[in-house]
Amino acid sequence: MGEAFSNLMKSIQAGQFVFTGELEPHKSTDLSEVLAWATTLKETGRIVAANVTDNPQSVCTMSSLVASYVVQRETGLETVYQLRTSDRNRLALTSDLLGAAILGLKNVLALTGDHIKKGDIVEALPVFDLDGTQLVELIHRMVYDGKDPAGNELHGPRPQLNIGAAGNPNFEPVEIEVLKLERKAEVGVDFIQTQVVFDVNTALHFLEAAKHINLPILIGVFPPRSYGQADYFSKYVPGVKVPPEFLEQFQRLRTIPDKTERRQRINEYNIEYFTDFIKEVKKQEACKGIHIMAVGYPEVVAPIIENV
Amino acid sequence: MIVLRQKPFAEILKMIQGYDRILVVGCNGCAGIYQVGGEKQAKVLGMLLEMATRLKGGAVEVKAMTTLRQCDRQIVATTLSPLVEDYEAILSMACGVGVQTLAEVFENMMIIPANDTQFIGMQDSESGTFYELCRACGECILFETAGICPMTRCAKGLLNGPCGGCVDGKCEVPVEVRDENGKVVQTIDQDCAWYLIYDRLKKAGRVDLFRKYRPPRNRAVSGSPRQL
Repeated sequence: MGEAFSNLMKSIQAGQFVFTGELEPHKSTDLSEVLAWATTLKETGRIVAANVTDNPQSVCTMSSLVASYVVQRETGLETVYQLRTSDRNRLALTSDLLGAAILGLKNVLALTGDHIKKGDIVEALPVFDLDGTQLVELIHRMVYDGKDPAGNELHGPRPQLNIGAAGNPNFEPVEIEVLKLERKAEVGVDFIQTQVVFDVNTALHFLEAAKHINLPILIGVFPPRSYGQADYFSKYVPGVKVPPEFLEQFQRLRTIPDKTERRQRINEYNIEYFTDFIKEVKKQEACKGIHIMAVGYPEVVAPIIENV
Repeated sequence: MIVLRQKPFAEILKMIQGYDRILVVGCNGCAGIYQVGGEKQAKVLGMLLEMATRLKGGAVEVKAMTTLRQCDRQIVATTLSPLVEDYEAILSMACGVGVQTLAEVFENMMIIPANDTQFIGMQDSESGTFYELCRACGECILFETAGICPMTRCAKGLLNGPCGGCVDGKCEVPVEVRDENGKVVQTIDQDCAWYLIYDRLKKAGRVDLFRKYRPPRNRAVSGSPRQL
């Protein structure tokens, strides 16, 4: 395991069970909603860092580099700067990473990213000069060798970045996903954050299969606010399996006529479901934390964290 | 083989406007084999151009012929030199290479492409479908990938796939079949190239080749224009 530069990595290395949150800048010059959510996450006292998405699903939004910096400056919440190779070649990636270093960012999540055709500017050139694994290697080389991808020397203090990468417990067969994680470990990744998992057995199976890699894994969860959100994950997010009983429960809850009561019951169910889920996955040695992606859903985030 | 498709007829008509004597030149290489630009197609296109021009009240003199391979300067020069001075323009039914070879050999002639060059591929003779299989990247890794090219058949061209967009062995991006105007007329689910690669390597007892980390490509190798 590499050096710990960020609070996230320091907490993991200190043996704490960590929580990370998620922030999504929009196609907008306004970050006020993001900053408000970041403040809420910070106030839980338990969210050690929050990811700032980079053109998620290839929908073009504000730069994650800039948004990460503004969040840290305005709220004091540490960020995990997400960076995709779909939109940038290795020059652009290196430039942005040098910028991230001077802006005081300490975590970067190296992603390949969805294909441009999944997004909202489908006629753009899909770059993919590198893939996510190769981006891990690029960052590792900058941080530990002080070199750019061509071997040219970087001047000034070396970037102090902890390197994250994505994992997908839903991938079948799981051995393919594990082989991919082995590659990422080989090139120097520090931690793994996973795609959303709803089914606890899927998460447990993955953690067991990946434990020999000795990488800290943060399992991704997404408590949905409505049946519609749960159904969306089930139908439209590649590979995410939502257990039928979970969907059925949401279907029952959506029939409650009183809005306040309905919300209350959905919150209670989410808290109960994800508390149990997290308690189970926490028992696995490879699981070092939870990446909780419920953006703007404070009613459940704090209670879930307190319960576990 | 180089896979071609004839341009929309209206586009060809627009390009030949203003030229009264046109030499239509087919190619018996890839274009001829795939029956897009062989002898018969050259003759048919020539007749259509004459008829269309006549319907508009004009007249165009067309001669249709073919060369063995339009991508060969010597063949092109020998076959066409005695003829070209009688014409104002050459309508090439070859690929982009053939068009450019003509332009080099006959530098004072207007060379008009009749086809859009699509890709390097293979045809399934039963269904007639053409599949893109090679991007001529200059660094073949097919040994490591069980004879399946991820540069071409992975929508992202990944070297360390599959990505998270692979579900049940299928790619998150379907293949878009387009008509001659570039409009999508059909989308077809495609297999994830890396899923296929894993499957084959596993059967061959070579999961080690799949597991191997592949560093970034040297893009300079495939930087255009190239010479050998």
